[in-house]
Amino acid sequence: MAEENLPVPQIRSRRWRPSLVWLVPMAAALVGLSLLISTWKTMGPRITISFQTAEGLEVGKTLVKYRDVTIGRVTAIAVSPDHGNVLVTVELAKSAQDVASDDTHFWVVRPRFGVGWVSGLNTLLSGSFIGVQTGASRLPRRRFVGLEDPPPLEHGPHGTLVLLHADDLGSVSLGAPVYFRRLQVGRVIDERLEPDGRGVQVALFIDAPSDRFVNESTRFWNAGGLDVSLGAGGLNLKTQSLISVLVGGIAFESPPVTSDVRPAISGTQFFLYKDQAAAMAPPDGEPHYVRMRFEQSLRGLSIGAPVEFVGVNIGSVFSIDLDYDATTQRFPVVVTAVIYPRRMGRAYEVLAQQGTAQSDDSMARLVGQLVARGLRAQPRPGNLLTGQLYLALDFIAGAQTARFDPAVRPLEIPTMRGSIDELQLRIASIVDKIDALPMAAIARHVDEDLTGIHAAIDQLNNQMIPSVTGTFGAAHMTLGNIDRVLADDSPQMDSLEQTLEQARKTMGSIRALTDYLDRHPEALIRGRKATKRGEAAP
Amino acid sequence: MTLPGTARAMGFVACRSCGLVSTLTDALRRGRCARCASTLHVRETASAQRTLAWLVAGMLLYVPANVLPVMHTNGVGGGADSTIFSGIVSFWRAGAWDIAVIIFIASVAVPATKVLSLGLLLWTVQRRSEWAKAHRTKLYRAVDIIGYWSMLDVVVVALTTALLQFKALGTAEPRPGIVFFCAVVVTTMVAAKSFDPRLIWDTRAADG
Repeated sequence: MAEENLPVPQIRSRRWRPSLVWLVPMAAALVGLSLLISTWKTMGPRITISFQTAEGLEVGKTLVKYRDVTIGRVTAIAVSPDHGNVLVTVELAKSAQDVASDDTHFWVVRPRFGVGWVSGLNTLLSGSFIGVQTGASRLPRRRFVGLEDPPPLEHGPHGTLVLLHADDLGSVSLGAPVYFRRLQVGRVIDERLEPDGRGVQVALFIDAPSDRFVNESTRFWNAGGLDVSLGAGGLNLKTQSLISVLVGGIAFESPPVTSDVRPAISGTQFFLYKDQAAAMAPPDGEPHYVRMRFEQSLRGLSIGAPVEFVGVNIGSVFSIDLDYDATTQRFPVVVTAVIYPRRMGRAYEVLAQQGTAQSDDSMARLVGQLVARGLRAQPRPGNLLTGQLYLALDFIAGAQTARFDPAVRPLEIPTMRGSIDELQLRIASIVDKIDALPMAAIARHVDEDLTGIHAAIDQLNNQMIPSVTGTFGAAHMTLGNIDRVLADDSPQMDSLEQTLEQARKTMGSIRALTDYLDRHPEALIRGRKATKRGEAAP
Repeated sequence: MTLPGTARAMGFVACRSCGLVSTLTDALRRGRCARCASTLHVRETASAQRTLAWLVAGMLLYVPANVLPVMHTNGVGGGADSTIFSGIVSFWRAGAWDIAVIIFIASVAVPATKVLSLGLLLWTVQRRSEWAKAHRTKLYRAVDIIGYWSMLDVVVVALTTALLQFKALGTAEPRPGIVFFCAVVVTTMVAAKSFDPRLIWDTRAADG
């Protein structure tokens, strides 16, 4: 090297020993590790949901919310291999890993509008999110098929699910309210055709605690829309609330006295009646069909018009047909009615006990007896204002005997003209008789008579009245004379007074004579004795 | 080689603060610079080891700095977390490619370059490599200088969170990622400072 005299420095070549500076990377590693652990701890399962469309969904932004709590986030959206739908990958939070179980449902919450309801309005600003409904299952699952519409019941509220069967849906729409005593206690959550297409099935959800009023004897009826009916009973207008007018509604009630008051379990099936009257009516039992043949116009009788037996509604008109009778060349109206004998109440029970209501044949025999006693069908006006008719089955006193064939099905009940018809006929016959009177001749005679009377009155005026006036004058003079004669100072009065005086004296003598003769009746023969004082007559 | 060798080989040591050259004997006896009293090091104590330690710490912190969100923006229509890389992507998608490039260079390229460069320097020093000593020294100087430019991202987040505070309309909040990122910048800078570039020249040839 350059200068040899310099002492050779002792180079301290230290052995490598770990410096304290290594604490820094260790601390960094610890922090990183703790982050890793905490992330791993909070990271939940990754699930895949398939939807028809990814409308409104965004990777990294769209959240998965359960009861409005964020439990996950969309991390990827892809089209399925067969291009049939989209696969949305969601990372759930660790705390929500139970959500990914077998009966969980996912759907996209978007703004939705319906009559009477609006939902998901908040998503207008915040963007769509994925809603979750969990079930009871604990079976884990990673692949789901998302619902296109929100499930009718979110977050499993307490209540009872009720299934109704109906012939048609009427005015009931999805979400329509369910009323109990006009208070909304539930809503329609589903409606679909029966599998065989012979009716519809409506699912209701009755919220707790009102669901305990639904028992197995509860009746449901369609309370929606505006029920305007013009029947024999007059004009009827029924509605529950304005909402139910728009979207329909269903009401229910339990018959007051029932032996079975067990609350209905979820999924119990009921029948949806057309209206309250139909719902609350006692069970109709087996329907029977009867036929009636009327020889008159039945204008005002409509299908569905009531059939009343002695004033009790036991059925309704089922069909009205026009027939042609070739022999008489007339057009009788054939009315078929459906009757429910069970509506006769106690009478039916009694008849059933007697065994007469059991079979068709015994029923026919019974009707035959009733017909023999005067049972007739008769159209009667139910409402004079509207002219609606109903059919009355009644015992008509003095009805003509009618033919009844118990073998014919449906049973044919003899008929009578309607009471109004009868009245019309009588009035017509009276009018006919009036018509038959020789009105012209009568008028002519009356006219002649009146002319004669007129002539007579003329004669009276011209001839009789003057002579009568003369007669009156004469009479007046006569009365004046009489007046004069009767005056106090008239000679006639004087002489009358004298005459009366003499008559009075004469009467006194006659009395003395009669007294004397009383005492001495022999005087009539012997004559008068010598007069004694006080005895002799004057 | 025309150069006479290292100062150490010639028995001198320079003060890193004031530049006074002392003889090794003085330095060993006193341990301090005669002029400014700074500690004299023939070579920084355990320089390679300390650099490596800081570098490893920086590399470890670089992972959460990039994975964790650095900022959370709340606006009309929901909030979103953004990491450094998602921020770059969103700037690029929004058409601000220049800003995206700047942030990319400052936040991704520079720290990565620093780590790689220091790694390369440490590796070559350990091997007492003769390869491109002058260039490696230039590389070290470059690493030392660009180090703090990575703080750009931290400043961006700090400014944004300070300025974007409109309550319901829009707010921005820092997220833990930025702390890690800041730590990355600091640790790599410390690593660069810990490295003694004189080691580059301590080759086998120089020792020999």
